[in-house]
Amino acid sequence: MEVFVAALTVFVLAVFIGFEIITKIPPTLHTPLMSGSNAISGVTLVGALLSAGSEYSALATYLGLAALVFATINAVGGFMVTHRMLSMFKRRD
Amino acid sequence: MGITLINFAYLVASVLFILGLKGLTHPRTAVRGNTLGALAMLLAVLATLLDQRILSFEYILIGVVVGVLIGVVFAAKIPMTSMPELVAIFNGFGGVASVLVAGAALIQVQDPSHQLTVSTAASGLIGTVTFWGSLVAFFKLMEVIKRLIQFPGQQFFNGLLTLLCIGLGGWLVLEPGQMDAFWIMVCVASLLGVMLVVPIGGADMPVVIAFLNSCSGLAAAATGFVLDNNVLIIAGSLVGASGLILTQIMCKAMNRSLGNVFFGGVGPTPAASGVSDDEVYAGKIKSTSADEVAMLFDTARRVVIVPGYGMAVAQAQHAVRDLADLLEQREIEVEYAIHPVAGRMPGHMNVLLAEAEVSYEKMVEMDRINATFQQTDLALVIGANDVVNPLAREDNSGPIAGMPILDVDKSRTVVVIKRSLSPGFAGIPNPLFAADNSLMFFGSAKEAVLDLVTAVKES
Repeated sequence: MEVFVAALTVFVLAVFIGFEIITKIPPTLHTPLMSGSNAISGVTLVGALLSAGSEYSALATYLGLAALVFATINAVGGFMVTHRMLSMFKRRD
Repeated sequence: MGITLINFAYLVASVLFILGLKGLTHPRTAVRGNTLGALAMLLAVLATLLDQRILSFEYILIGVVVGVLIGVVFAAKIPMTSMPELVAIFNGFGGVASVLVAGAALIQVQDPSHQLTVSTAASGLIGTVTFWGSLVAFFKLMEVIKRLIQFPGQQFFNGLLTLLCIGLGGWLVLEPGQMDAFWIMVCVASLLGVMLVVPIGGADMPVVIAFLNSCSGLAAAATGFVLDNNVLIIAGSLVGASGLILTQIMCKAMNRSLGNVFFGGVGPTPAASGVSDDEVYAGKIKSTSADEVAMLFDTARRVVIVPGYGMAVAQAQHAVRDLADLLEQREIEVEYAIHPVAGRMPGHMNVLLAEAEVSYEKMVEMDRINATFQQTDLALVIGANDVVNPLAREDNSGPIAGMPILDVDKSRTVVVIKRSLSPGFAGIPNPLFAADNSLMFFGSAKEAVLDLVTAVKES
């Protein structure tokens, strides 16, 4: 139970930080925000690595492998496309 | 020692994720912010690879190589106009990855705790709905699915599916050995994800995508509870918060609630709004030509361009920029008015204009630009409809009543580039087109703007 409360504390505090930061992001960057935050949700990658690399059971490994592919596409593709978009936002006089 | 080091690396990664998002608060620092986020991900991955529980690396190598290849191709090839589709499908990938990881954890852990089963059920439900919902949204944006699928009792049916999922989740919690409960729940949640998004139309997509974005984050956070992993919890909740805020902004910009978007159908039929096309348009539409608009530009000092989904469909953003350049050479002040729900996702118009090398300082948000329309000589509306419909201010009963709009009708002259008088997504006529100070320039956005460019050059 203590473990759960500790995890919940982290969760709730992180949500608050999220709200504080995101409300300050200007509408002009909302699309890069979506693709960038989307890439961040690819952090499931961490869990996928643990499953794909364990030799516990074949099924768990294959599930991990599938998760790994999806999460890597999400993270790598997401950060790259966000970079592509953001480098177009320039100030010109 | 190993675990402590890994957790320390996760802490650093979490801080970098937060700093990365903070970088997105200004276009100047945004590229750096995104790079920090990518670094954080790399750090988290490298730290995880040190984990003693990882025994073999062959599947990891395969997975990473395949994922990187597909991700790079997606990111490099996708045209900017298809960004909503890309974000939709990536949301889905994030969701399904969380489900698969939670499912694998359920297999690997003997004697699972309540925390593990509850969060596995949550991750399974949220992640699966995200995946299938995103897939449907993706096909809708691609216009593979064009019809809105609605049937009587749809909400009741969806409610039933939701209860069924919760029941199956409860079964898993009470009997943690019951792997079947989890997978049956995933199947039911798949159906639920599809059913939730099929009745939603194109113009509501900004809300749907923002909401699914939030869900993909929450699914990752739930998976963090499954694995007791703080970096997953923190990163996931940041994304969850981000998506929720965007959802809220989008809903407010349409004066609708989230429940109304998901369960309210497409809104009343045209008849219900009490005004017919004929009443509004008959005898009052003035059609114009490129030469006439070029003459209007001659006497204008301030022009505001209002882009809508029509500009995106016609890929007219480069032509629009050319026109704006010409006008600026003639010392005309040009700004762009961006409605929050213009296009198919939050910020869609800004990305297209940025692609056409429009300075971000010229893209002005609704509240700020509305104060300036009275000093505007010419508002040029390109493929936008509902977001400039004055009925939103005047008619209290229509489908867009109370929706904040761009007050283009307050400028001296309004030129509307549009293919026909067909109604927008809300299905109601737009009195703006018949207003005394409005001129209709019929044609596809790109050709019409190119004609304007030619006409301005010649004048």
